[in-house]
Amino acid sequence: MSIVDWFAKKEKTNATSTKLNIPGDVWIKCPSCGEILFQKDLESNAKVCPKCQHHFRLSAFERIELLADPTSFVEVDSSISPIDFLTFSDTEPYQARIHKSQSKSLSKDAVITGSATIQGIPVQLAVMDFGFMGGSMGAVVGEKITRTIERGVATQNPVIVVASSGGARMQEGIMSLMQMAKTSVALQQLARVKVPYISIMSDPTTGGTSASFATLGDINLVEPGALVSFAGPRVIEQTIRQKLPKGAQRAEFLLHHGMVDRVVHRKELPTTIAKLLRVLMIPTGGAHETTPL
Amino acid sequence: MKRLPFEKPLSELLDKIEQLKTLSQTEGIDLTSEIAKIEERADAVRRDLYANLTPIDVVQIARHPNRPDAISLATLMLTDWTELHGDRQFADDPSIIGGLGLMGSHRVMLIGHQKGHDTKENIYRNFGMPHPEGYRKALRLMQLADRFNIPIVTLIDTPGAYPGLAAEERGQAEAIARNLKEMAGFRVPIISVVIGEGGSGGALGIGVGNRLLMLQYAVYSVISPEGCASILFRDAKKADIAAKALRITASDIYSLGVCHGILPEPLGGAHHHWQETASTIQSACITELNRYQSWSSDAIIEERFQHFRKLGPFIENNEPANMPTFC
Ligand SMILES: [Zn+2]
Repeated sequence: MSIVDWFAKKEKTNATSTKLNIPGDVWIKCPSCGEILFQKDLESNAKVCPKCQHHFRLSAFERIELLADPTSFVEVDSSISPIDFLTFSDTEPYQARIHKSQSKSLSKDAVITGSATIQGIPVQLAVMDFGFMGGSMGAVVGEKITRTIERGVATQNPVIVVASSGGARMQEGIMSLMQMAKTSVALQQLARVKVPYISIMSDPTTGGTSASFATLGDINLVEPGALVSFAGPRVIEQTIRQKLPKGAQRAEFLLHHGMVDRVVHRKELPTTIAKLLRVLMIPTGGAHETTPL
Repeated sequence: MKRLPFEKPLSELLDKIEQLKTLSQTEGIDLTSEIAKIEERADAVRRDLYANLTPIDVVQIARHPNRPDAISLATLMLTDWTELHGDRQFADDPSIIGGLGLMGSHRVMLIGHQKGHDTKENIYRNFGMPHPEGYRKALRLMQLADRFNIPIVTLIDTPGAYPGLAAEERGQAEAIARNLKEMAGFRVPIISVVIGEGGSGGALGIGVGNRLLMLQYAVYSVISPEGCASILFRDAKKADIAAKALRITASDIYSLGVCHGILPEPLGGAHHHWQETASTIQSACITELNRYQSWSSDAIIEERFQHFRKLGPFIENNEPANMPTFC
């Protein structure tokens, strides 16, 4: 699906919900400050609460719309779809979960990939979608992110990955774990050709995703308030048998502990990325050739 | 020695043997032939039990408290073994050990998760659950090996990386991720062996090798069967079902193409015979290391890359790709 189709579908869903005029669809309570927000206002404000700056989660296409220059995004690898190769079944067969998620989604799995420009700079872009099975990483996510990195190697375009994921997809067993290795091995190749990789962590980035490509950026950026952790807060609370301090494992905690370069407001992301890339991408020698002051 | 739940039919016979042995000693009666008869039966029962293990039985063997640990195996497999300590940044994590030695004629840097055999040892070793400094120690030692062109052998045996606040503060996720990326770039061959529990990212953090071998009763999983049961099956008691569904035994991991070989264990599991287990691992590692003797560093890196590149089945344009053989 192209982004145009997606906008068409988005317009349609918006029209339906407005027509239904169910209060819950139109008004949203900010989980952070409790402010009652008109959905349209929230959407026109990059899904950031105007009162407290709480960053609501974005779908992959909403993210692309905010990050990429208008009409610059060209999706690739959109036909890659998951397969239930273990015939896994928990409270529900994995195959049924795939169908259900795909029918609610505009994509076949939890990541959208393609090329785009950000303030005129060509990039290879991968954006995860928490809405698709909790953004869990199985073979499709691993393959598409690996291909994005490989396109970075081939085109010399910087690679931007926006993480939003609860971790590995357990329904794919050991193969989901192997996607951590696969994507990280690809990043080693990218590092060798000296093409920059910027990782953007959005809420949440946990488990296998945080313990692989998401924390391996040449530059790691994180959205305000985002939960970024290896182990989830509940698991830790069970282990240490006490409540975690407020703000633990959130973006500002990560900055304080030296795990990220910057906490960046969603609206500032394109400018921040472009500024960084402009400096990083100056050809070798270019900066040195200028006469020192 | 701790008897496992599935060994119950064996347990009665073993008790009987012990009783007869005590009786023969205290009363001075010769019961040799009676004991031999029961031992024979016990062996038959054991063979039968071990021929019909369920995945959760295998998990119990993999976690047996007397299973050979990394340091003991290093001592048995290597000559001139010297343990090395510390990440040079924060601490020395006793959950991951490493050091230099000779395996046959091969120089090796051996790295492994370290569990204990009793409560005291396990508290010191944090039950084999590393903090970030453990992964950073492993990285430092692997970089040292790479610089001196010394092959790396890693022994995997962990329930997982430690899920604690201090571990988070010091960047558990980053420490593991960094190892995955850096291991991909080393010019020396890396042989990884799962000797017990291969617990998720905590295992993978020292597991990005050219070759992955598994002991017969070792397991390798994205999540513990108990964790999977409580999250996906909404019932922690369904660990046996989860263990089966996740396909975590050596033969499953082998048919999925994730591991390259299965190393047989003595009857009843590795905990019955450390020396034999060490010999098996040692000879398998030497065979692997011999393979690389004339390889270029580029070929070694490329082999490792290609192994991980092809893992993960999906459908593209209605055609399955990367399908493992058993599917
Ligand atoms: Zn608010």
